[in-house]
Amino acid sequence: MKWAPTLAVSLLALTAAACVLADVIAPASYTHQFRAEPDAAPSRQHLLGTDDLGRDRFSRLLYGTRVSLLLAPAAALLSSLLAALIGGTAGFRGGRVEKIVMSGTDLFLSLPWLFLLITVRALMPLNVSPIVSAAITFLLLGCLGWAAAARVVCADARSLRNSDFILLARASGSSGLRLLWRHMVPNLLPVLLAQFWISVPAFILTEANLGMLGLGVAEPLPSWGSLLREMQSYPSLAGNPWRFIPLLLFIVLVSCFQLVMVQEELPA
Amino acid sequence: MFRLGKHVARILLTVLLGGILGATLLRVAPGFGVDEEELDSRLNDQSIRALRQEQQTDTNVITFYFRYLGRMLHGDLGISRTLRRPVSELLRERLPETAKSVTLSLALGWALSFALVILALMSRSWSVDLFGSVISGFLLCLPAAVLSVLFVMSRAPARLVLALIVFPNVYRYVRNLLLRSASQPHVLMAQAKGLGNFRIMLWHILWPAAPQLLALGGVSVSLALTAAIPVEALCDLPGIGQLAWKAALGRDLYLLVNLTMVVTVITLLANSASNLLGEAFRPSAA
Repeated sequence: MKWAPTLAVSLLALTAAACVLADVIAPASYTHQFRAEPDAAPSRQHLLGTDDLGRDRFSRLLYGTRVSLLLAPAAALLSSLLAALIGGTAGFRGGRVEKIVMSGTDLFLSLPWLFLLITVRALMPLNVSPIVSAAITFLLLGCLGWAAAARVVCADARSLRNSDFILLARASGSSGLRLLWRHMVPNLLPVLLAQFWISVPAFILTEANLGMLGLGVAEPLPSWGSLLREMQSYPSLAGNPWRFIPLLLFIVLVSCFQLVMVQEELPA
Repeated sequence: MFRLGKHVARILLTVLLGGILGATLLRVAPGFGVDEEELDSRLNDQSIRALRQEQQTDTNVITFYFRYLGRMLHGDLGISRTLRRPVSELLRERLPETAKSVTLSLALGWALSFALVILALMSRSWSVDLFGSVISGFLLCLPAAVLSVLFVMSRAPARLVLALIVFPNVYRYVRNLLLRSASQPHVLMAQAKGLGNFRIMLWHILWPAAPQLLALGGVSVSLALTAAIPVEALCDLPGIGQLAWKAALGRDLYLLVNLTMVVTVITLLANSASNLLGEAFRPSAA
């Protein structure tokens, strides 16, 4: 199954390219409503049909995937950086600093993730513009999702701190900052990369959950959450199978991320 | 005894810090100190002044912290702004429903995971292992909310959704743990000596893995409680998950912060219980 991660990366790259070129590929804007054709079946004009407001589903899928594929990695990058800063500093300093920081991280981890997320989300205004709501949602994911990664980074930094080459660098007179920048950071990169790939699908799934609960990205801006939310208006599973294509693509993309994640986890 | 004390101290510290964090959230939230009652046109100036006077007592941050913590320790969790009912009363009403769903989902999720892993191990069949891995991988790619909607659309029992969310997470860990345990030299030795499959499974594979399995038990409680929000909200189950969702939509922070605190305490209790049980297993496992 060595070909699976390569296939996953290729599929992700293809999807990302299609989303970047959404302005060119999409037959209509994601807000444009074809009032005469609500809930239309797939046709040459509307490849995946239209939703109940007459918006082209294919266009919304492209733009929605763009929002999620752009912002979820951005949030993952933010949480990985926070994890590197908090976990890396704690592991590098050791002693009391490590104990205090890791106790704080443990306390943070004991708070239930989705409860905490919706509590903090509720603190923010809910009636904001779609772009601001997208930014708030993913910023919160990035700011609240660092704790588990920080534990892993701290453990890795601790073992690096006690390694021979760090001892040698210290003996050669390397200062704290130089040690951190030249020796610790490059060696922590594989772990951080693994944590980044773990966070991306987790954040996409969480955004989808929040979106379906009406607490994610606001309409009319599409995201995975709002695209999947459309399913709530379907009366049954039978009939009109094209309506489930966004869900199918979602499963394929998250599977691709999971496959890349497994590949990244192994060397880390 | 020392370990038990350590766990209790940790829970108390979390409640204390969580209380302070919660109080801070409430204190800095927009709309703090404003009472809708002031808009009642039947109230005269004197009554409005009296209302404002009542609100003034909470404007001092330190006083607010201590009052909030004091009330919390006495079981008074405040009044829900959207539902206009005491939070403790709402919790008493909704917690049993969630407890029922979570217990059922944990029992089913764990039973399914164990059944698949043990079947794969005892039959040494790669097809069973592949089946379990594919199913769990597929379920891990589905958001809990989508699974709930699919269940509603197919008119399947809503409580089963939580079990399908617990299953893939538990399955992966149980599979890896038991596979590692089964590849230990003492298991090979037991097989070479001709011990029965059941005996090997119980005493040589499951028993040494018991501490980690118990730790996973604690984590799975937290997982099920978190998944209860989308499941109860979308499947219309009247538990604390649905209550949290309604509170979030109505920006009912008193209710949300207290719900988060209660769920945190339940999670910590579950984790501490599983850790203590795991520690009890450890000497005999070694």
